[in-house]
Amino acid sequence: MSTHSPFDSATQSPVFFDESLRMLRDQIRRFVETEIKPHADAWEAEGATPRALLRKIGDLGFFGIRYPEALGGSDLDQRATVIWAEELGRSTYSGVAITALVHTDMASVHIYNAGNDAQRAEWIPRCISGEAISAVAVTEPGAGSDVKGIATRARRDGDHYILNGAKMFITNGVLADVYCVAAKTDPEARPSQSVTMFLVEKGTPGFTVSRALDKHGWRSSDTAELRFDNARIPAANILGREGGGFYEIMKNFQNERLVLGAMCMGECQAALELTVAYLRDRKAFGAPLWDKQAIRQRLAMLSARVESCRQFIYATAARAAAGEEVVREVSMIKALAGELVNEVMYDCVQFHGGMGFMRESTIERMARDARVQSIGGGATEVMLEEVAKRM
Amino acid sequence: MKVLVPVKRVIDYNVKVRVKADGSGVDLANVKMSMNPFDEIAVEEAIRLKEAGKAEEIVAVSVGVKQAQETLRTALAMGADRAILVVAADDVHTDIEPLAVAKILAKVVEAEQPGLVLCGKQAIDNDMNATGQMLSALLGWSQGTFASELSVDGDHATVTREVDGGLQTIKVKMPAIITVDLRLNEPRYASLPNIMKAKKKPLDEKTAADYGVDVAPRLEIVKTAEPAARAAGIMVGSVDELVQKLKDVGAI
Repeated sequence: MSTHSPFDSATQSPVFFDESLRMLRDQIRRFVETEIKPHADAWEAEGATPRALLRKIGDLGFFGIRYPEALGGSDLDQRATVIWAEELGRSTYSGVAITALVHTDMASVHIYNAGNDAQRAEWIPRCISGEAISAVAVTEPGAGSDVKGIATRARRDGDHYILNGAKMFITNGVLADVYCVAAKTDPEARPSQSVTMFLVEKGTPGFTVSRALDKHGWRSSDTAELRFDNARIPAANILGREGGGFYEIMKNFQNERLVLGAMCMGECQAALELTVAYLRDRKAFGAPLWDKQAIRQRLAMLSARVESCRQFIYATAARAAAGEEVVREVSMIKALAGELVNEVMYDCVQFHGGMGFMRESTIERMARDARVQSIGGGATEVMLEEVAKRM
Repeated sequence: MKVLVPVKRVIDYNVKVRVKADGSGVDLANVKMSMNPFDEIAVEEAIRLKEAGKAEEIVAVSVGVKQAQETLRTALAMGADRAILVVAADDVHTDIEPLAVAKILAKVVEAEQPGLVLCGKQAIDNDMNATGQMLSALLGWSQGTFASELSVDGDHATVTREVDGGLQTIKVKMPAIITVDLRLNEPRYASLPNIMKAKKKPLDEKTAADYGVDVAPRLEIVKTAEPAARAAGIMVGSVDELVQKLKDVGAI
């Protein structure tokens, strides 16, 4: 498959991305083509992305896109993050992509955004190098998008907190070294004031991985259920202010949702590219399937919708980078992209015919991987409520 | 020793090339452009010489349109120390011919006094395979072309050349022009911190007129055409059938 397509007329446009950002995209794309795609079938089978790959990414500085130079990062903004997410999504192995994206944009960011100087200095350089991998543990068996509804408790005991509870669907749950865990410190307080984030290191007594979960897609990403059974966490490991966790989590949702939207666009682009290539080659009734107007017009309209969503993401990333408030737009993007990627996959599987139903085809894996995009990181229904509130 | 590395901005090797409607060349509007892959290998080799303590400074140079600045930034992000852009055309569709490029490079060599010029054996757009050789002739320097191995030792370089039917090893006197082949090395990634540092590295801009070189084309492109489309294949059931089909079309 070509690594260049007509979609790149926008990625190469200086209107959206300057010279350094275009160079960053080139480097990530080359990395995906050579270091991920030829090897990732094995990782899908093993159920996790190897640490060796994450270290290679760390060596190239891609984990440090948003962090300051003083901590080893490159101090770039949302536009660079969009490139990072989009190119990983384009790999066709979204399990690998989400392993890296959770680390950079959903977990380690909590340490940076809410953490104090000592916590940042201890963890951020190691997160950038890939030496330490991070996970974020908010979701529970009984609470997902409803962050205020979590049941995990943290009780103060001298200069420690005692954590009890369970966390569910935690990406990097098995392989992470450091976890940003949400727990209720004051159940009597108003729900928005009751949640606190804690830094929990792997190996903390009382903290265990109860099981690795068997998923529909994202098979090269490890996802776990975590258990806290009287886990003693030093009070120095509070991230940010006690009771301030809810706002910290909400704040990062904006970045997280933009990232997932961009990841979806990479997935859409790859799926459309490989489906068009397949249809140009695949003959039925004496001619390539691409000659059928019903098929190619449907893909043409999908590519138009993908392009418009992509450029919406590029524009929103640029506005967010300029400091504008974009909650409405980001909520729209998450809803739109999460649904669109599933529509794209449905049609791309359809046009692959029987081959699209086979485990050996790339599109089959991509369709499974895409399903979670309308669920995770803010379900479509929750996102649409955020949009509706702003209408 | 200073190493001069000429790099060319060419259509990206992954792009499906389309011929312009008037047949005058390949359509380059809105098309992704990259550093010529052979030139990337030359940049990598220069960096390795520097890392091995055999070179002190790497200067990348490009002759072409203003947009070639991006190609030079890539060389800087990989590890070149500074760059020189020689603007010789305004239209992205204008290709500067090898002789004009070699004349400009000869002037750059005169000004920079490098001990070694490392360049790609050819650019993947026009496959001329001429600039390095012409530069060698203009300067009266030794040349080692199609290098798959290179070792620099004082005033000599040992070059393993990929020639028809095998490898040939030659020893050339420095200063020299070495043109590099595919198997010399595997170019590194530009890390993100190095991409950021490249922004601050010096990039001088000159014009062909600064060097007094006339870049007007000496060649006329008569026609550009796409290769004939490949005929559709068929699935055969057995080796016997394959042999028979090949006999039918006169292939064996």
